[in-house]
Amino acid sequence: MYQFSGKLKTFSIALMIIGALGVGYSFLTAPKTVEDAKEIMASQDDGHGATTAHDTPVLDTHNNAKTSEHLGDEHAEHVLHALKNKPWAATYVALFFFLGISLLVLAFYASQRVAQAGWSVVLFRVMEAISANIVPASILMFVVVMTSAGHLNHLFTWMGEGVFDPASDNYDAIVDGKKWWLNVPGWTIRSVVYLLGWNAYRFIIRKNSIKEDTANDGNKTYKKNFHASVIFLVFFMVTESMMSWDWIMGLDPHWFSTLFGWYVLATLLVSALTVIAFVTIYLRSKGHLPFVNDSHIHDLAKFMFGFSVFWTYLWFAQFMLIWYADMSEETVYFIARFNDYKLPFLSMLVMNFVFPILLLINSDFKSKPWFVVIGGLVILAGHYLDVFIMIMPATVGDQWFFGIPEISALAFFIGLFIFVTFRAFAKAPPLATGNPFLEESTHFHYYNIEHEGEENQH
Amino acid sequence: MSNKVIHAFYNDDEVVLDAVKKVKAANHHIEEVFCPFPVHGLDKAMGLAPTRIAITAFMYGVLGLGVAIWMTNYMMIQDWPQDIGGKPNFSWWLNMPAFVPILFELTVFFAAHLMVITFYMRSRIWPFKEAENPDPRTTDDHFLMEIPVHDNEEELTSLLKETGAVEINVVEKH
Repeated sequence: MYQFSGKLKTFSIALMIIGALGVGYSFLTAPKTVEDAKEIMASQDDGHGATTAHDTPVLDTHNNAKTSEHLGDEHAEHVLHALKNKPWAATYVALFFFLGISLLVLAFYASQRVAQAGWSVVLFRVMEAISANIVPASILMFVVVMTSAGHLNHLFTWMGEGVFDPASDNYDAIVDGKKWWLNVPGWTIRSVVYLLGWNAYRFIIRKNSIKEDTANDGNKTYKKNFHASVIFLVFFMVTESMMSWDWIMGLDPHWFSTLFGWYVLATLLVSALTVIAFVTIYLRSKGHLPFVNDSHIHDLAKFMFGFSVFWTYLWFAQFMLIWYADMSEETVYFIARFNDYKLPFLSMLVMNFVFPILLLINSDFKSKPWFVVIGGLVILAGHYLDVFIMIMPATVGDQWFFGIPEISALAFFIGLFIFVTFRAFAKAPPLATGNPFLEESTHFHYYNIEHEGEENQH
Repeated sequence: MSNKVIHAFYNDDEVVLDAVKKVKAANHHIEEVFCPFPVHGLDKAMGLAPTRIAITAFMYGVLGLGVAIWMTNYMMIQDWPQDIGGKPNFSWWLNMPAFVPILFELTVFFAAHLMVITFYMRSRIWPFKEAENPDPRTTDDHFLMEIPVHDNEEELTSLLKETGAVEINVVEKH
C-alpha cells in the first residue's frame, strides 16, 4: 500500500492555505461602489496612459441625450460589475477546470471498463484516485450554483433582475425566448442532478472496484461494474453536453454553438489524460507502480497527442463556420475574444496544437516520461487558458488580468487535487488485482517501444 | 564461392520469430525472411536498421502543405480572385481559414501517397515486376527464412530443425 508522504501532504495543504488566503483577499479587495471602480479605472489610466477601449463610442450611438458625466458613471458601473465578478470568475475558471478534469478521468475510466480494454488495467487505481476529486469539486460547484441562483454573484447575466420582465429596462427578448431552458429553478435542478449522478457512479464504482480484488466470484462483481459503467457513460454523454451549455455557454446567453458540448469535452478530455499521465509518472518515479512500463506511458501520450488534434479540429470547426457565415449574433463571441483577449486566444492555439503536434508526433518521444511531462505542462496550461477565455469575456469583459485571484484559485485547486488524489490512492491497493484483464495489462508491450528504466522486464 | 542458400519453412509467425532470434544468436547471417503478412518485431530480431519512412512522411507532408498554399494562392487570389461570402479576395492570409481544409487534405494526400510509393520503391516492387519470393507458399501460409551457406550446411540444417522448421531445402541461388 502507498503511504501519502508527510512532505507532499504539507506541500498540498500549504498550497491550499495560500490559495484560500489569496482568494479571500481578492474577494475582500474587490471594489464595492462605483467610486471604488472609478478609482481603479483612474489608476489604470495612469498606468497605461490610455483610456479603455470602449469608453464612449458604443454608448454614443443610442444615448445621445445623456451628458458625458452620466456616460462616465454608466461606464464605471459596467467596470464595477466586471471587477466584482472577477474573484468569482477566477475561482470559477479553476473550479470548472478541476471538476471537468476529475469528471473526464472518471469518464475515461468508465470507457476503459466498457471497452474491456486490456492495456489500462494497471492504471485503474490511479484513475480512481484522481476521480476522488469529483467529491470536493462538486461540493464547491454546488456552492457556486447556489450562490448564482441566490444572486450572491453575477456570473450569469441572464439571471439578472428583470431580464424576463417585458416591463423592465433590463428586458431581454432573446433570453426570454430561451426561458423554457434558461430559468433559475430548472438550471439549479439540472446542475444538482449532474453533480449527484456523477458522484453516485464514482461512489459505486470505487467501492465495487476494491471489492473486485477479493471477490473471487467468477467475475460477477466485474460484470456488475461493467454494467454500471455502461449506464454511467450514457448518463455522462448527455449531462456533459448539458453541463457545458448550462455552466459555460449560459454565460453568453445570446450566443450558441451546436458543437459546444464536444468542444468542452475535448478540452477536458485532453487535460484529463495529461493529468493521468502526470500522476502515473510521479507515482512510478517514486516506485509505487512497478507494473507500469514505458508502453503504458506511450499509450497515454498517444491519447494526449490524438485528443490535442481532436480539440483543434473542434475548435476550428466551430470557428470556421462562424467566420465564414459572418452572422453578427454568432461572430460576437469571437470578436469579444479577439479584441480583448488576443494574446491568450492566439497563444492557446500554439500551446494546444502546434506544440503538442511537434513534440509528441515522434513515437520514441512519447515513451520518454520527461518529454511527456514537458508536453503535458504546456497542454495543461493551454487548456486552462482555453477555459479562461471561455468564461472570462462574458463575466469580466476587458477587465481581465492574470493576477492574484487567478493564481490563488489555481494554487488552491492544485493543492486540493494533490491532497485528495494521493490520499485516495493510499486507501486502496495500487493494483486492481481482481480484474480479468490484469495479466494482459502487465504484459502490455507496444512492439515499437524499447522499455527502459522500469523494474519489470516484460 | 557457391551461391547455395538454405530455405527453411515455418508455419507460424511466433515460431519464425523465435527461430530468427536463435539463428542470430548462433551468429549466422539471415539474408531474408519472406512472410505472408507483417510480423511485429521481426525487423528488430533480424537486426535491420530502423525504418526511416516516418522522416519521409514528415517531409512529404510539408511538401503537400507547401503545394496547397501555393495552389490556393494561385487559384483563388492571383489568377482569378473570387469573392465568396464577401470575404476579402486579395489576401491569402485573410482568407486562410477557408483554405485550412484544403491545406489539411493535401498534406495528408501527399504524405499518404508518396509514402506508399516510397515504400514500394524501397521494397523493389513496381508494375510488371517478377516476384522475388522463392516459394509461392510464402504468399499463403508459410514463412521462409533464407540463409546463405558457407560450407556449414550440416550445422545449419540441424540448427534449423531444432527451431521448428517444417521443411528445409538447400537450393542454388541465381
